[in-house]
Amino acid sequence: MERPLTQHTHPDGTTRTFREYVQDGGYRGLQRLASGLAPKDVQRLVSEAGLRGRGGGGFPTGTKWSFVPMGPDAPKPKYIVANGDEMEPGTFKDRVLMEGDPHGLVEGMILAGYALDAEVGYIFLRGEYHLSAQRLNQAIAEAYAEGYLGKTIPGTGFRFDLHLHASAGRYICGEETALINALEGKRAVPRAKPPFPQTVGLWGQPTVVQNVETFYNLPHIVNHGAAWYHGLSRTQDGGTKIYGVSGRVTHPGWWELPLGTTAREILEEHAGGMLKGVHFRGVLPGGISTAFLIEGHLDLPLDFSSLPAQVGRLGTGTMIVLDDHTCPVGFVLNLERFFARESCGWCTPCREGLPWVARILTSFEEGHASKDDLALLDMHTKWLAPGHTFCGLAPGAMAPLQSALQYFRDDFEQHISRGRCPWRHKPAQLKVLV
Amino acid sequence: MLSDTERRELEEAVKHYPDKRGAAIDALLTIQRRRGWISDDSLLEIAQFLEITVEELDSVATFYNLVFRKPVGRHVAFMCDSISCWIKGCERVQEQIKKLYDVELGQTTSDGRLTLLPIACLGQCGRAPAMMIDQDVHGDVTPDTIEQIVEKYK
Ligand SMILES: Cc1cc2nc3c(=O)[nH]c(=O)nc-3n(C[C@H](O)[C@H](O)[C@H](O)COP(=O)(O)O)c2cc1C
Ligand code: SF4
Ligand code: FES
Repeated sequence: MERPLTQHTHPDGTTRTFREYVQDGGYRGLQRLASGLAPKDVQRLVSEAGLRGRGGGGFPTGTKWSFVPMGPDAPKPKYIVANGDEMEPGTFKDRVLMEGDPHGLVEGMILAGYALDAEVGYIFLRGEYHLSAQRLNQAIAEAYAEGYLGKTIPGTGFRFDLHLHASAGRYICGEETALINALEGKRAVPRAKPPFPQTVGLWGQPTVVQNVETFYNLPHIVNHGAAWYHGLSRTQDGGTKIYGVSGRVTHPGWWELPLGTTAREILEEHAGGMLKGVHFRGVLPGGISTAFLIEGHLDLPLDFSSLPAQVGRLGTGTMIVLDDHTCPVGFVLNLERFFARESCGWCTPCREGLPWVARILTSFEEGHASKDDLALLDMHTKWLAPGHTFCGLAPGAMAPLQSALQYFRDDFEQHISRGRCPWRHKPAQLKVLV
Repeated sequence: MLSDTERRELEEAVKHYPDKRGAAIDALLTIQRRRGWISDDSLLEIAQFLEITVEELDSVATFYNLVFRKPVGRHVAFMCDSISCWIKGCERVQEQIKKLYDVELGQTTSDGRLTLLPIACLGQCGRAPAMMIDQDVHGDVTPDTIEQIVEKYK
């Protein structure tokens, strides 16, 4: 099984050096450019490869790029931005890539810059990722020293500059238009779309924002071609994916696997199944803005096109497991508190609705919720549905809630009928298991 | 007033952006690294440097979790309270650290040694519960090991 993104990553967590990167064929993608690969050829390769954005939405990267104005009359400069804000709870895939192999991101961004004739790039990194910052800064300095950055790439007439922007900790900065405001030094609230960033982005210029993991795929697509890339996956979406698992499983961690691997395979073969004495109840497949999958869904291929929309979305591919010793209501309360805290406050339904949801869920946990409260929760999943708020944060917050209300309704009802959380008052049992 | 070193660092940061204001976060974090937090005076000095109003800069400064508009202790302990850490018992770790150092979340110990803050997922969910002290990440923290970890930060 091929693992192009991580086959050379050191298992002990140390970083892959510049020399190692080059020895294993790194920066060879840039030489391919000089041998006659035009920007439009790179764009075509990426479209044919079926690369879909790894930031959670799974938007086809080639299609996104097709909206960028090209040619001599296109506005200049254009910008490439790597979204490394990774603050989605349960998600740690971009961190392992950036820490383990910082040059892979630098090369991927240069290739994207070339394909779109964009001469400046920013890596937007979440502020807490100090080790990533240190390693990326070193990689950028090395790439400048070697002439991959800041100088015309021989035989191409193309030159790319790259800067690291360390943010200061706010989930909404991961939303691409809020990210653009943040980079401009403004309060990081989302912008209205349209216009889309591909035409009017950073400082009003055409801008492409991609997730960190998306960029890591580009050197491999350029080096090996679209057919090879398709061959890596098990489904119609191309490539591999960094999947991860956390929760009460035997071996929490991350693995690079073919796109379309099933949740069952990841949970049982890679994460080693549930810890002794606990049982599976559900899983959020990719960060907390996704709907729960339950037992009946575990054999579905996990990718961006196979999961039926009424079942859910892959999201970031880093899963969080709910087990039978964890209260589903307490679980969802934790998620909604996060969303309420991180709401940017720009639009009313989200600013007011999310704290309301969190208060209702608290009343369940404290044992004084009623049937009316259950109905209110149902209503919020409609009031904060897509199209009712300014950005995707609030609809994302409703995905786990709505599916929990569907699959674990009995647990909500028990909180009402018993007047307490059925999972509390069992400390002895918990002590053994955690 | 900005010291010469501070000014040099800010001038370096500004080079990465076509517009000075782009360096707002870099500038706030740079000054905070030197002074510990962002006082009203610091805010004014940075705003003048970036040529924006102090209100504009404050609307940015107050937006972020890692920009401190109040003094903090010599060390800051960020306790992850997101879902994977919650499943693995971060609440009990929090209770223990509060008890050991007689401090609540959002407060600083009376000797000025430690500020305790909640934080969203640190991307260490495979090693939950996780925390970060200053810039160091600690995973698989338990109520029994927390004291040993914090003791290194005097
Ligand atoms: C509230 C919110 C938070 C987001 N956070 C991130 C993030 O941390 N990283 C990321 O890559 N995308 C994040 N996104 C998605 C981005 O807006 C954008 O779609 C993505 O960076 C595009 O990259 P891709 O096409 O390569 O997936 C977030 C979206 C929303 C609505
Ligand atoms: S949905 Fe929430 S996060 Fe998004 S703009 Fe509205 S208030 Fe801000
Ligand atoms: S949930 Fe705590 S580190 Fe991810």
